[in-house]
Amino acid sequence: MASPFPRRGELVELTRHRTLSFLRQPEAVFWVFAFPLVLAGVLGFAFQEREPAPSLVGVVGEPGAWTERLEDDPLIRITRFETLAEADRRLAGGHIDALVLSVEPAELRLDAARPEAELARLRVLVAVGNVPAGALTTRPVTETGARYVDFLFPGLLGMNLMGTGLWAIGFAVADMRQRKVLKRFLVTPMRRSSFLASFLTSRLMFLAAELTLITAFGVWVLDVPLRASLVAFAVVCTTGAVAFSAIGLLVASRTKTIEGVSGLLNLVMVPMWLGSGVFFSYERFPEAIHPLLRALPLTALNDALRAGMIDGAGLAEVLPELAVLGLWTVVPFAVALRVFRWA
Amino acid sequence: MSQSGASPAVRARGLVKRFGSLTAVAGVDLQLARGTCLALLGPNGAGKTTTIEMLEGLTRPDAGEIEILGRSWAKDAEEIRERIGVQLQETRLQEKVTVYETLRLFRSFYARGRDPEDVLEVVELTDKRDARVETLSGGQHQRLSLACALVSDPEVLFLDEPTTGLDPQARRRVWEIVTRFKSDGGTVLLTTHYMEEAERLADDVVIVDAGRIIAEGTPAAVIGSLHAESIVELHPRDGTGRMVTDDALGSLAGVREVRREGAAFTLVVTDTQASVGALLTHLEAVGVELESLQTHSPTLEDVFVALTGKHLRDG
Repeated sequence: MASPFPRRGELVELTRHRTLSFLRQPEAVFWVFAFPLVLAGVLGFAFQEREPAPSLVGVVGEPGAWTERLEDDPLIRITRFETLAEADRRLAGGHIDALVLSVEPAELRLDAARPEAELARLRVLVAVGNVPAGALTTRPVTETGARYVDFLFPGLLGMNLMGTGLWAIGFAVADMRQRKVLKRFLVTPMRRSSFLASFLTSRLMFLAAELTLITAFGVWVLDVPLRASLVAFAVVCTTGAVAFSAIGLLVASRTKTIEGVSGLLNLVMVPMWLGSGVFFSYERFPEAIHPLLRALPLTALNDALRAGMIDGAGLAEVLPELAVLGLWTVVPFAVALRVFRWA
Repeated sequence: MSQSGASPAVRARGLVKRFGSLTAVAGVDLQLARGTCLALLGPNGAGKTTTIEMLEGLTRPDAGEIEILGRSWAKDAEEIRERIGVQLQETRLQEKVTVYETLRLFRSFYARGRDPEDVLEVVELTDKRDARVETLSGGQHQRLSLACALVSDPEVLFLDEPTTGLDPQARRRVWEIVTRFKSDGGTVLLTTHYMEEAERLADDVVIVDAGRIIAEGTPAAVIGSLHAESIVELHPRDGTGRMVTDDALGSLAGVREVRREGAAFTLVVTDTQASVGALLTHLEAVGVELESLQTHSPTLEDVFVALTGKHLRDG
């Protein structure tokens, strides 16, 4: 009864199944491809350069010669109050950044803990002439590479590589375990290595598409710089994607249900959204924990992406980050292989 | 199909499996000649699935030996997997791929096997070839699952509850496929809690309860072990049942055994004509009115009930 039907490579067939299962779920395709574009577009739009916001300064008392100077300053917007009590209330509520009491001598009230208040103080001082006008000129920075979107974009790319890597593998493995498909495979001669490798190959195929699309959007629509060579950029992205695939495999190596794996994946991802410098630099955290943050895979990936895209760093310059990612590949993969539960 | 040597298709000795303090399988011996079909019959929780999964190499027995086609799992796992086909009880195949894609995937795991198109024909799914798995009915899914087991052209087929949850028509189609596989020389080991399924498909049945074999042999021999010509079930009309006693019924001519279930009585009888005659006379005499009286030829279910006092479906 044997047929001449040729044995197709099981790796090819397994990869094909992964790919088709993914492509036939429109919602999954949206989260991987469309969502990062939407996010980058919205944030890029929100944080594009514009005129600096004026300081809101309240004034109580008789208008004098120098309150006119405040009014003339385009960076100061004046609100006049009839009573001091009302003005104080507005100040306490944060509706104005500073309050000028136009008495002799004049008094400036503000909450020094607020950055806006400090800015208002400086502007008031400049306007009334303590600092001679023209002593210090301001040059607005609009160069590519220094805008928020230039900082943000590599972070979003890193976050997307993390999300798709973790979900694509973690979710699929847990689903197949829950359906007892893993157990069914176990009674066939399928090589387990082919099974695991199929996740990596399908992931890398999607990575190519994902990277091309998102990067093209960033470079052409948002005008973010890509100063490293394309090869170096691709190597960094691939190293990151492989690391997150390994972590995804580890997360899913024992969980029995979709719900269980979803919780675990979020547990892994949420701290890195905040601590790995996606939306703001991790330098804002206390210095003591910087080494810890830099050991996180997403921090390493984001740092390497930013170094490459903004500063044009080559692979040699991001070796420490690549090493961190390499470690995050080897260790989770080795542990996952040991503890993986098929049935 | 190679018939290397005379080793049986499946041989197991003294299989034991414990899960914590529960002994799921407590010393099971099985032997299955090539080209035959053996059914493990028993209620849910009897240890059928644990037993078949030990034979399939999925579960490691705590004690006992297993030989499949003369090979052992310890030494020749790869070869055994190439030569067996398995259907697990609760596999839900991936939904987004098609019937043909699924079959082709399973085909790719084996060094040799059949053309997936041919197998689709065997399980009568050719018209569903390009349908996604998520659109299949329960019976179609089960036949696809069978096709995945058949696509490697296996010598031994292991089926765990192959028709549980299917409607009678879908069940018969599965039976036809299994029968065809057997008539082509294949060996089948299946578990079931449907006695019709065991009687229909199996050359030998092994009845298991609480992890032990309580009866085995051909269906005819197992049924013959009851030494009964027929089974008589009688339901007295409301309120008149207490007029009869087990002892009185048991002493009637041709009655071997009496069992009471609620208001009803089940009699195992060796001489249908004599016992039914005596029974009616006795009921008349003590004033029992009948709600119903039925006789049927003994079945595997009756054997199970006689041995355990439980029904197969009791779960």
